[in-house]
Amino acid sequence: MKKIINDANAVVLETLQGMEKAHGDIIKVNYDPFFITRKEIKKKVAIVSGGGSGHEPLHGGFVGLGMLDAACPGAVFTSPTPDQMEAATKAVNTGAGVIHLVKNYTGDIMNFQMAADICAADDIKVEAIVIDDDVAVKDSLYTAGRRGVGSTVLTEKIIGASAQRGDDLSAVVKFANYCKDNGRSMGMALTSCTPPASGKPIFDIGDDEIEMGVGIHGEPGRERMKIKPADELVDYMMEPILSDLSLKNGDEVIMMVNGMGGTPLIELYVAFNHAVEVANKKGIKTARSLVGNYITSLDMQGFSITIMKANADILKLWDAPVWTAGLRWGI
Amino acid sequence: MDCRVEMGDLMITLSNIHSFVLGLQAVYTEKKDYLTQLDSPIGDGDHGINMARGFDAVIKAWDAKPPIDIGEAFKTVSMAIIKNVGGSSGPLYGTMFLRMAAFVGKKTEIDLADWTSALEKGIEGIAQMGKGQKGDKTMLDAFYPALAALKSAAGKSLKEALSDSVQAGTNGMKDTIPMLAKKGRASYLGERSIGHQDPGATSAVYLLEIAADKFGE
Repeated sequence: MKKIINDANAVVLETLQGMEKAHGDIIKVNYDPFFITRKEIKKKVAIVSGGGSGHEPLHGGFVGLGMLDAACPGAVFTSPTPDQMEAATKAVNTGAGVIHLVKNYTGDIMNFQMAADICAADDIKVEAIVIDDDVAVKDSLYTAGRRGVGSTVLTEKIIGASAQRGDDLSAVVKFANYCKDNGRSMGMALTSCTPPASGKPIFDIGDDEIEMGVGIHGEPGRERMKIKPADELVDYMMEPILSDLSLKNGDEVIMMVNGMGGTPLIELYVAFNHAVEVANKKGIKTARSLVGNYITSLDMQGFSITIMKANADILKLWDAPVWTAGLRWGI
Repeated sequence: MDCRVEMGDLMITLSNIHSFVLGLQAVYTEKKDYLTQLDSPIGDGDHGINMARGFDAVIKAWDAKPPIDIGEAFKTVSMAIIKNVGGSSGPLYGTMFLRMAAFVGKKTEIDLADWTSALEKGIEGIAQMGKGQKGDKTMLDAFYPALAALKSAAGKSLKEALSDSVQAGTNGMKDTIPMLAKKGRASYLGERSIGHQDPGATSAVYLLEIAADKFGE
């Protein structure tokens, strides 16, 4: 394993210290327990997210004006703990209500639930929204359900804008549920990632193989297959996304082509180019787009596609000003 | 003197619980790589790392404020696990020890029946938190048979009963190999989860083994 680290156990701490030095104008970092908040807290609905580290810029890089109020980083690929979410929730709660935005993983759900129970005991109203957008996983009674992946980024932007303009808790929750119901994703990997603590790749894969439908923690996907041209990969991934969303001719969408951390932008734009063509052919208009590394999986090579059905309200929230380490426009 | 009867009367003391907790730290540290290896094909490859980190924190918390009764001891374990393990093992083992703490209360020694009931409450907590059932390929598949063995141990010595629970738990753990996972990250694999031993059931068996080793000493 070759990595730019000092000590595998200090990676999260030193990343937070680096983020604070780089973005001290936007965020404040609390070190015991770990959480990141906006520098200034104003009265409004607060949005708290969090999850295992290793997906940067998610979530800490999305704390700031127009997006999250707080983020709780866990150890690499491990859910944060309830004391983090409790402290972060109390730090940003102004009495207007708090939303916990949770990605659908067993550990994240349980830890956020414990935190919400503790906060409820202190009379803080917490609404949990669980994002489960990964169409690579069958949503059935016999699994933990679809994983939460790329839609999380779009949801954080959209409900962050809603809270920022002063919408009340029920209105922000309504937009969150819209995002949950209308965003779908699928990813693929050329290589595994290597978590710093174990120092070993999560899965072995041949030089000419890909994992189609991979999760953001290197979880296996739908199928191990031979590498194909970019357009064929995009075709394979767009099909289940578009059919799950039941999009029809004339619909508008927000499309994200996201890098897993080890894939250059030059390849992401190749993929995006064809993804837009696929949508166009079905009469689906890509109204807004995002291409880059937004929800990564350490050093994994690969990409994911996220599509969210849009409407005028959603596009207005998408275009609203945002000023975070990882996303900034409109100011 | 009838040795068997005397052993059967042995109590589990606060000092035994301390040895148990130290033993858990040692075993999870020793088995860190093995548990992580089990977790890699069907989970996210961090179970050993998280358990070792959690029990390091348990020992730190214990040393900072040594508990004065067994309920407090289990609560110390629970809080340190909840705050330091994360993932799903954190809330699951954390809830288990919290329920055990509530059941034991201020006692400074407990007998086999108390241990059995405490474990039962703890296991109920795991099942509620994880919404898991027998056969889902989880830690419950080791804990349920172990609990059944303890419950049918009437007349046996503490050591014998605990040893039976280890045997039953180990069989349950091995039974997870052909199972199809229905909970947690392993469930995403569907059929591909078959053929792998569940890491959670494995860490559960270590807990039973350390209890058998340290109680009745």
